[in-house]
Amino acid sequence: MQDIEQLLDRMTDDLREHINARGLSSLCPVGIRTGGVWVAQALRERLGIQAECGELDITFYRDDFSRIGLHPRVSPSRLPFETEGQHLLLVDDVIMSGRTIRAAMNELFDYGRPESITLAALVDLGRRELPIQPDVTGTHETLGPRQRIKLRGPESLELAVEEVPDA
Amino acid sequence: MPETSRDLQLTADGELRHFLAIEGLDQALLTRILDTADSFIEVGERTIKKVPLLRGRTVVNLFFEPSTRTRSTFELAAKRLSADVLNLDIGTSATSKGESLSDTLLNLRAMASDMFVMRHSQSGAPHFVAQSVTPDVAIINAGDGRHEHPTQAMLDMLTIRQHMKTFRGLRVAIVGDVQHSRVARSQIRALNTLGVDEVRLIAPDTLLPHEPEALGARVFHRMEEGLRNVDVIIMLRLQHERMEGALLPSESEFYRMYGLTREKLAYANPGALVMHPGPINRGVEIESAVADGPQSVILGQVTNGIAVRMAVMSMSMGGQLNERQSATGEGVAST
Repeated sequence: MQDIEQLLDRMTDDLREHINARGLSSLCPVGIRTGGVWVAQALRERLGIQAECGELDITFYRDDFSRIGLHPRVSPSRLPFETEGQHLLLVDDVIMSGRTIRAAMNELFDYGRPESITLAALVDLGRRELPIQPDVTGTHETLGPRQRIKLRGPESLELAVEEVPDA
Repeated sequence: MPETSRDLQLTADGELRHFLAIEGLDQALLTRILDTADSFIEVGERTIKKVPLLRGRTVVNLFFEPSTRTRSTFELAAKRLSADVLNLDIGTSATSKGESLSDTLLNLRAMASDMFVMRHSQSGAPHFVAQSVTPDVAIINAGDGRHEHPTQAMLDMLTIRQHMKTFRGLRVAIVGDVQHSRVARSQIRALNTLGVDEVRLIAPDTLLPHEPEALGARVFHRMEEGLRNVDVIIMLRLQHERMEGALLPSESEFYRMYGLTREKLAYANPGALVMHPGPINRGVEIESAVADGPQSVILGQVTNGIAVRMAVMSMSMGGQLNERQSATGEGVAST
């Protein structure tokens, strides 16, 4: 697995380019709990963004509630800025099916109508189930059928591939 | 063999599927209800105060006893979860035409209802429905007879936790008509399960149940003694409509003995919380200056009521759906 600092540096460069090309001013970072928040904080520091980092808990917006019920651990979302008319930077650690991002965007719109949302993901595992693509990606990885990737943190961030035990 | 409260309320995995009573629920589950409610409080502060959890589900408010406040907070909670809500005051409709409770409920289930929020004057009515009539509809107890009123107790617990941070070491006094109060029964159980130091009941003998100590509480007859070193004071409403015979000399006599005035409040710890489930009878249980004073958290209780009801409704619905799912045998999550 690649060095995470390098991945974050590359994402920062790509984001700067994206910001300049699109003329986005005062981007507000929003991370998806838990790993996405750590990545969002790292990017915020590198980009020198003033705004505090927002934190989204998408539990109430998941599309698998009717299949597996309410997730046992939920904590309040926290957006320390007005989202109405704002350019947002939505960040997650891993993107795969795209369902988490759909849920996160639904939640964001319940706070107001953002001017735009830029999506950044540290790792893209492919295997999308929805037409959602990040604007900026750290790395693309392919996992075996029983493998899962996990971001460890928050002190020093580290990506680890874990074997999933048989169900 | 009759199921215990715990078996009836939980799925095989220990998830909530009905919310009938505090009895039978452990500290971990009560804490999860409070944590989930905390997240719903944040939802109530957004521009759009709605989440899609119960979208497409039908919740029926079945009130066999009149109630404005409880019913409207349940209605608002269900609507904030995006459910469709049907309000039925059964007392005045079907049952007066001779239809039995079971038949009424089976008819409602046939309309594809997913959840019944039920208030009934008979203790144990929601248990009966959950066990024998419509076990596949999530039942939420909104007050049954003199038995329990678990959502009211949980919103009180949420209020206490917000202000005191923990239950450990707290002394809580419940004052007034304990005998006729289902809220008090649920509160005593919840407080003990969540691990407070001491629950006290302050009331005359005529307004206490026969064996108050069996509930896990210490009894006092005088406010001056009972309120000493107390951190939280929960005032109960004097239940005129439930009062049978002369249990009290008069309302003014009750106020003199047990009404919470500024003078009596001074016996409690400085900064002790003053709570009341509402609606309050000013000048009967509580002095206006106390009800509206700096130590009163009565209005915060109302906001918390919506969040707690959203929590138990979404958790119970989740448990029910989970059970239906395992009956058909599928269900995996994805990122």
